[in-house]
Amino acid sequence: MEQKALFEYVLRMADDSLILGQRLGEWCGHGPILEEDIALTNISLDLIGQSISLFDLAAALQGEGKTHDDLAFLRFENQYKNVLLVEQPNGDFAMTILRQFFFDAFRKPFYEALCKSPITQLAAIAEKSLKETRYHLKHTSEWVIRMGDGTEESHARAQAAIDHLWRYTHELFYEDAIDAELQASAQVPSLKAIETSWLETVKAVFAEATLEIPANNWKFDGGRQGRHSEHMGYLLAELQYMQRAYPNMQW
Amino acid sequence: MTLAEQEKRFQEKIDNEIKIEPNDWMPDAYRQTLIRQISQHAHSEVVGMLPEGNWITRAPNLRRKAVLLAKVQDEAGHGLYLYSAIETLGADREQTIDDLHSGKAKYSSIFNYPALTWADIGAIGWLVDGAAIMNQVALCRTSYGPYARAMVKICKEESFHQRQGYESLMVLCKGTPAQKAMAQDALNRFWWPALMMFGPNDAESTHSEQSMNWKIKRFTNDELRQSFVDATVAQAELLGLTIPDANLRWNEERGHYDFSEINWDEFWQVVKGNGPCNKERIEARVKAKENGLWVREAANAYAKKRAMKKSA
Repeated sequence: MEQKALFEYVLRMADDSLILGQRLGEWCGHGPILEEDIALTNISLDLIGQSISLFDLAAALQGEGKTHDDLAFLRFENQYKNVLLVEQPNGDFAMTILRQFFFDAFRKPFYEALCKSPITQLAAIAEKSLKETRYHLKHTSEWVIRMGDGTEESHARAQAAIDHLWRYTHELFYEDAIDAELQASAQVPSLKAIETSWLETVKAVFAEATLEIPANNWKFDGGRQGRHSEHMGYLLAELQYMQRAYPNMQW
Repeated sequence: MTLAEQEKRFQEKIDNEIKIEPNDWMPDAYRQTLIRQISQHAHSEVVGMLPEGNWITRAPNLRRKAVLLAKVQDEAGHGLYLYSAIETLGADREQTIDDLHSGKAKYSSIFNYPALTWADIGAIGWLVDGAAIMNQVALCRTSYGPYARAMVKICKEESFHQRQGYESLMVLCKGTPAQKAMAQDALNRFWWPALMMFGPNDAESTHSEQSMNWKIKRFTNDELRQSFVDATVAQAELLGLTIPDANLRWNEERGHYDFSEINWDEFWQVVKGNGPCNKERIEARVKAKENGLWVREAANAYAKKRAMKKSA
């Protein structure tokens, strides 16, 4: 039973990385400056790399002989378990950076805690990904501060992105029976402490950026149960295009 | 020192294979030729990100997606080195980019052709990077130091891309009939535009002779084009693909392959802005710059505030 819970758990992580990596890949060639084009695709590349390791582990746990590509490309929309935050459209540069910042501020303490997991393969992935995530968080924090404390326009755009995305951030800490089962045997960390750490990071960066946490604390979720936003279907149509149009071929 | 003496000294350096460095005296025409050529090269790297970047979200598997992301990133990196090389000549990066957007500066016409299928990504690596390498290997010995050194690094990465492109086409050619047909179709569409990458025939090339004397260029357009054809025929055979030229045959006497005349009307039309994607490419770059304006302003405003706080 625990094997099945662990499969679901790893799949959720893999989907977060894959879908956010896919979104960032859309920026390629369109970044606001060449240096930032490189930075965004670099983060995308790290996330796709993480998703490969995670899907490999998930496939092994599932034990049905599937590959990482089978899992990444050949599921129906309601079988993807990523949080709604990562599937949200890129919007302007402020929206992309804030989405990434909220995610990185979660992933850093999450990976730090997961490094201590007794599941050695998962701990190894966490350790490797943590190094990358630290860079991502540094990069996005710096941009949030630059935008918040830059011009009137950049401040307004950053605040608008926060106001829009805030409703999706709570789902990063969503827990259900799968988490409970794995936490009971101390296989994975509780997300409560991670949420505290996340909020500290957000508050510190926003304070320096002169940006505000929205007063409206309305929450959205559904991604972890496979209930997505309208944006997800289009994202998957592009992601899955080749595998659906040319099934069972090697590339 | 008189101008004539300076010019004599400069040409002596060139003749003795001594690199010209940023602070050395150089004729204004040499400087302008380099700025034109290097910025054209930088723009080609950046515009070249667009047709391939289009396929990142549709790459057929995760490994190919990661490889393509890394490749397009390399191209952005090449653009950065080359814009830096232009700055050593006293040119302004943003000004050269504005020249691209206004249509004053050119970039490689190949990127005005669409990337329609996944096989096109392989064909771009194999043929387009392959043709670029022919040009660029020669440029590793170009007379201007910063350009030559940038080229050494760029060539290493480009030859890696070329092998990756070829390898991905090999997978298609060993795959299903639909995959092989996709590869043949990509070769059919990219072969002639790839040959056009070497520019007009030597007799028609306005900048060639002076550039050869200055050793900015070391081989003529036609020499490089011939080397490319000679190297590529066997690679196509190994893939089991047919090069779309009925007149392509080995000429024992010349020791080279003969091939048909390029459609020069098409060549000049695409150079002048009438290719299938010229408008879309420039529009995408202009939009990126316009949408990025507030981001750059924010970064500058923040940097100024920081500097003021520090000095306070």
